[in-house]
Order: sequence, then structure tokens, then C-alpha cells
Amino acid sequence: MKHRSLLLKVLSALLVFGAWEIAGRIPVSYAFPTFIESMTALARMTFDGSIFVAYAETLKPLITGVAISTVLGIGFGLWIGLSTRFEWLFSPIFIVMQAAPLAALIPLLVMVYGIGLTSKVFVVCIMSMPVIVLSTSSAVRNTPASMKEMAKSFLAKDRHILLKIIIPAASPVIFSGLRLGVSAGFIGAILAELKITPTGVGDIISYSRSIADYPSMYAAIFSIILLAVLFLNLLEKTENILFKGNDRGYVSD
Amino acid sequence: MVMSQTESAFADAQSLEQDIAVSVQGVSKNYGAVEALKNMSLDFPRGQLTSLLGPSGCGKTTLLKIIAGLLKSDTGKIIVNGKPVTGPGPNRAFVFQDFALLPWASVMRNVAFGLELRGVAKSEREDKAAKYINDVGLAGFEGAYPHELSGGMRQRVGLARALSVDANVLLLDEPFSAVDEQTRRKFQEDLLALVANENKTFIFVTHSIEEAVYCSDQIALLLPRPSRVHEIIRPNINRAIGVESIRRAPEYLDIVDQIWASLRAYVE
Amino acid sequence: MWFKGYKLPNMSSLLIWGLLWEITGQLELTFFVPPLSEVFVTLFNIIGTPAFTKALYETAVAFLGGVFFAIVIGIPIGIFMGRNRLLDELLLPWVNIFVSAPLTALVPVLMVLFGFGLKSIIITTTLFGIWIIILNTRAGVRQINRSLIEMSTSFGASPMDAFTKVYFWAALPEILGGVRIGVIRAVKGVIIGQLLISIVGFGALFELYASNFLMSHFWAVLIVLFALAFTISEFLGYLERKVSYYAASR
Repeated sequence: MKHRSLLLKVLSALLVFGAWEIAGRIPVSYAFPTFIESMTALARMTFDGSIFVAYAETLKPLITGVAISTVLGIGFGLWIGLSTRFEWLFSPIFIVMQAAPLAALIPLLVMVYGIGLTSKVFVVCIMSMPVIVLSTSSAVRNTPASMKEMAKSFLAKDRHILLKIIIPAASPVIFSGLRLGVSAGFIGAILAELKITPTGVGDIISYSRSIADYPSMYAAIFSIILLAVLFLNLLEKTENILFKGNDRGYVSD
Repeated sequence: MVMSQTESAFADAQSLEQDIAVSVQGVSKNYGAVEALKNMSLDFPRGQLTSLLGPSGCGKTTLLKIIAGLLKSDTGKIIVNGKPVTGPGPNRAFVFQDFALLPWASVMRNVAFGLELRGVAKSEREDKAAKYINDVGLAGFEGAYPHELSGGMRQRVGLARALSVDANVLLLDEPFSAVDEQTRRKFQEDLLALVANENKTFIFVTHSIEEAVYCSDQIALLLPRPSRVHEIIRPNINRAIGVESIRRAPEYLDIVDQIWASLRAYVE
Repeated sequence: MWFKGYKLPNMSSLLIWGLLWEITGQLELTFFVPPLSEVFVTLFNIIGTPAFTKALYETAVAFLGGVFFAIVIGIPIGIFMGRNRLLDELLLPWVNIFVSAPLTALVPVLMVLFGFGLKSIIITTTLFGIWIIILNTRAGVRQINRSLIEMSTSFGASPMDAFTKVYFWAALPEILGGVRIGVIRAVKGVIIGQLLISIVGFGALFELYASNFLMSHFWAVLIVLFALAFTISEFLGYLERKVSYYAASR
């Protein structure tokens, strides 16, 4: 069984990359290089080290922004989840932020903070924070009532209920909210590099487009998507290991 | 059990008088316009199992949660061992319908959780938990997690958790409704053994007539709209005839029929 | 939230934030935050102007086009994936990749392939919205009660009947859930597309206002945009709740 699914994954990758190769050979467009050309460009960038230099630049706002969003987002989320007054005051802001196209704020951020790192960190933050806040607060709010009741009947103090019941019960959902936040953070980081000033991977994409070096452009895009997917998969694996069986167990079967 | 001199003397005096462990006196509870309980009074004799039996909506779980101190009554009071209830206390332990186990904690930690919250040292509480895990027949599963257990085993964990805090009143809220029929019968037999061996007072909410008649020393038949105690029944079935024969005993069948006759008008 | 016995409506705290905004603006603490009242005045002034209606029209066309393709392509693919194991195993890895991949990186490719116009923006919008629709439809179809499928087969339903009369309706709550998230993502996609391509729709308008430091114009358009996005998302949430009644009793 395990064999079959791996085989199909490989087959599926071959089909897509094969289609890419064929489309590039026809070619469907002057701006559509073949898969092999793109991978060669990627290999070249990897060996001359330019891709690592670019990622060092790209990851700076991404990591800073995601870190800020994680700390602030979980803090806000817990607070909103625990206090109805706070929920009434703050949750509408995050609900609107979650639904709204916050990317539209970028021109304003550039006016206020210039074209440096600060603006880019801000872009990552506004993209990733709402989902972290909202999943944390709803996870806190959805702590199974019977577990809280159980703790109370065994004489738990409020502090115990928070530390021993609410936070452990909410952590799987908080963690998957984090994963969504990281995914949105990637979108923000690339958007910032393409829109504000070309640096890092965004620079490779913009520059190679301007000199019509399409294989390099596709290679850079391929690499950033690959990086995001690998990182998010890693987070998902961690999640599965950390919270194995956590979502079951209190439901009867 | 740590008790001051005066307290134990007081408790003794109570038990000499009438030996009532839990007394519900004139309790009412409204949810908005809905009367969940209306002026309810009921006594629970020490060392016995009393069932609260009735159709859904008769307020039996509400009453149990008020006794546990999880809900506040609007009027009236609850007296446990001679003292009024103001909130959850160490003299009562609750067994939940949906088990309420911590899915991220092992059987050991779940059983010891009540003691953990009371600040009992780890080695001490685990010794105690191990004893009760063994008593409920889960020896060998100390390291297992709730999702690895069957429904019946999960409820055994819930029972062990309630026993381990050494409360003298056990409150059971439809504890067997989420386990299958065979497991349920085994549970009922084990419960009878517990009542016989542990000197604890059991208050047992159920909607199964057979279960109530089989297990109880006393049955409080509750009826809804407005919620009230319709009748107190003491089955007095001779349990010495053996667990196999109880369900065929004529007095058992008569009481089941009698209760069904009272209830059938209230079942939609 | 209760205040002196009255239940305060859910979103009412936005009034307090609006008031705070007005005060900040009146105090002239920063050039970038004009008073809310001024923003609203500007809003009513520009809402009928050709520049605004043109931007709104262009955005609406791109958005509706993108959402249309995302739904029309996404739902059938999702149903097929839910019913056919081979197809599922071939496509699922890619759907999972694209549902969380930074799709912004693909916009430059679309620009060189499809030009700097409507076509690229529609495709961007579709790309943002489609994957979650596929995933949710697939999940919805996969959890359809087996006996429901057996029932339709036993009554002689053709594959097409089963498709349109059973699978779609049985999975409707999940499908609508997917469409709601997909549409919210599409709103973000259409704006991101316009910002990066930046010569059409609201993207061009933002660029114009920002470069001329027309702050209240900028905020006015932003408010319209956010309000529209929020309304769309709430409306779809409402639809989803309307069908969720049978999610429990399938």
C-alpha cells in the first residue's frame, strides 16, 4: 500500500514536469522555458551560491515578521478567547482583517515606513497575524466544556484550568493556525519583495524577467514554492507528532 | 480522611439521627423562563446507591451538577455531611457522561489528575492512582492514552479518577450511556460490588429503567414540566440470589413495569 | 458582551474604533491618518467619479471572472477526486502544495505569459481561490454516507444522476464552506494581482493616491474595499449556515 502511494506521487510529479518540459519545447510562449532549462538554472544558482545570498535576504523579514505575529497573535488570541469584554472590543478588527485584502495597505506602509526592512516586516505581520489570532481565540473558546467542568469538580483553580486544560486543549488548533500564518507570511514576504523593493528572491525574479532570462526566473519561483512547501510540511509533521490522538479521546465512540 | 474532632463528632451525630449523606432542600433552578427544577427536596442515605431516573428534560443532570457545586441553585440548599454546599468540594467526586478525560495525558496522569490539582506530590499520587487503576481492572494500561482505549475502558479511567480523590460521595452522570450494552452490564455488576465494598454514597443519574432497578437501593423518579420528585421507590431486591437471577426475579420485573407505567405518559 | 443588561451587537465595537480614529485624526497626530469624518466626505465625493467606477468595474470583472472559473473548475475536480482513488492520488499532492504555496511568486510568470491586463488578474484570482474549493469539495464527497451512495445505485441512478443529484447535494455544506474561503482568498488575489500589475483597477487607484499623498482618498477607497470584502464573506457565511442544518442529519 505504501508502495502504491509513493509510486503514484512519483508518477504524478513525472506527469506534471513532463508536461512542463513538452510545453517548453513546443514552445507555448517565448517566455516559457523547459523544465530542464529551469532546473539547470536552479543548479547554476545553487552552485555559485547566489540563491543562498538571496534567501538570506528574503528570510530576514519573513522570520522576523512570523516571530512577531506568533508572539503577539497567540497573546491576543488567548486574551480574546478568555475575556468576553476583550472579544467584543478586538475580535471585529481581526475578523475584518481576515476577510479584507490587506495587501492594499502596502502603498501606505511604504509611505510611512519607507522601502526598508520595517515595511517588509509589517507586510508579513499583517498577512500572518489575523489567522493566528482568530484560530487561537476560537480554540480557547471551544475548549470542551466538560473538561473544564471536570477540572472544576476536582477543585481546580482558574490558573490550573488555563494551564492544564485550556492551553493543552487549544494547542493543536493554535499550531495549525500558526501553520496558516506561516503560509500567509510567505505570501507577504514575496509580495513585499516584488512590490516594495526587489531584494532577495524577489530581486532574482524581477531582474531575470527584465533581462528575459526566463529559466532563472522560473527557477527562483520554483525554489521559493519548494521552500515554502517543505517548511510547511515540516510543521505539519511536527504537529502530527506533538498532538497525536489529541483531537480524539474525549468523544465517545 | 482528615477531620477535626468537632467535625467528626458532628458527622457522627448526623449519622445517628438519620444517616443522610446528602440532603437536597427546596432547590429551584430556572434557565431564563424554563423551570429546570422546582422546589425539589430529596434525601440520599449514606452508603447507598440512589438513582435519579426520569425522561429527558426532568432536570436530573441539573440536580446532579447542583449537588456537585458546578451549578448554583436559585433557591434552596444542598447539605453534604451536615454542611451546606457552596461550590465543588473534596467530599464529592464526579463521573462524567462523556468521560472528560484529557486526551493529551496518559491513563496514569488522568487518574491522578484530581490529586494533581490538590497539590499532592507526584510519587504519592501515582502510588494511589496505580492502586485504583488496578481496582478498576486497567492494570497494564497506565501508559496508554485515551484514544487507544475503548469507550468502556475510558469510563473505567473516569471512575478510577473519581475514586482516587477519596471523596465519600460519588456523583455519576449517566456514566454508562456511551458504552455498549455488554460492557454496560459488566459495569453495573462492578458498580454493585463497589457500593458493597466501599463505604461511599452513590448518586447515579440514568435514563434506563432496568439499570436503575438493577443497581439501586433507592430510586427517585423525577417527572418533567414542572420538574418534581414523583415517587421514591426502594426496590429491596434480594441481591443474594446472584447477579444472574436478579433480572428474572418477579419483584425486579414488577418494579420495572410499575416505573414504566408512571413514565410512559411523558415519553414523546 | 453585555452592558447594563443590554446585549451589545457583535460588531458594535467598531464604532468605538471609528471614534478613536476620528479623535486621532482631529488631533493631527500624523499626516497619514486624516479624521474619519473627512474620509467619509471624500468617500461620497469620489464614489461617483469615473476613475472610481472604472476601478470598481475592472476589479469586479476580474474578481467575478476569477471566482467563476475557480468554482466551475474546482467543484467538478473536487468531486472527481473524492470519487476516484487514482485521480485523487495523482492530484492531491499538487492541490496540497498550491493551497498553501506563496502564489504571489507566480504573478510575474502570469504577467510575462498573459500580459499586463485583465487576463493575468483573472488567472491570479482563480489561482488564489480554486485549491481550497477543490480540497473542501473532495472532503465533502469523501464523507458522504456510504448507504446514500448504495441507495442511489440500488434505485438505478446513472453516473451523471449520481453526480448532480446525490454527490453535489450531499457534499453541499462542505462545498459552500470551501467556496466561502476560496472567495475570501480570491478577494485577496484580485488585489494582489492589481497591486503587482498596478496599471488597472484599485491597484492603479492606490498607486495614484499614494504618489500624490491624497490620504483621505486612499483611506476612502480602502474602506470601500474592506467593507465589500467583509460583506461578501459575511453573506457567504450566512449561506453556509443556512445549509448547515442538514449537515448534521445526513
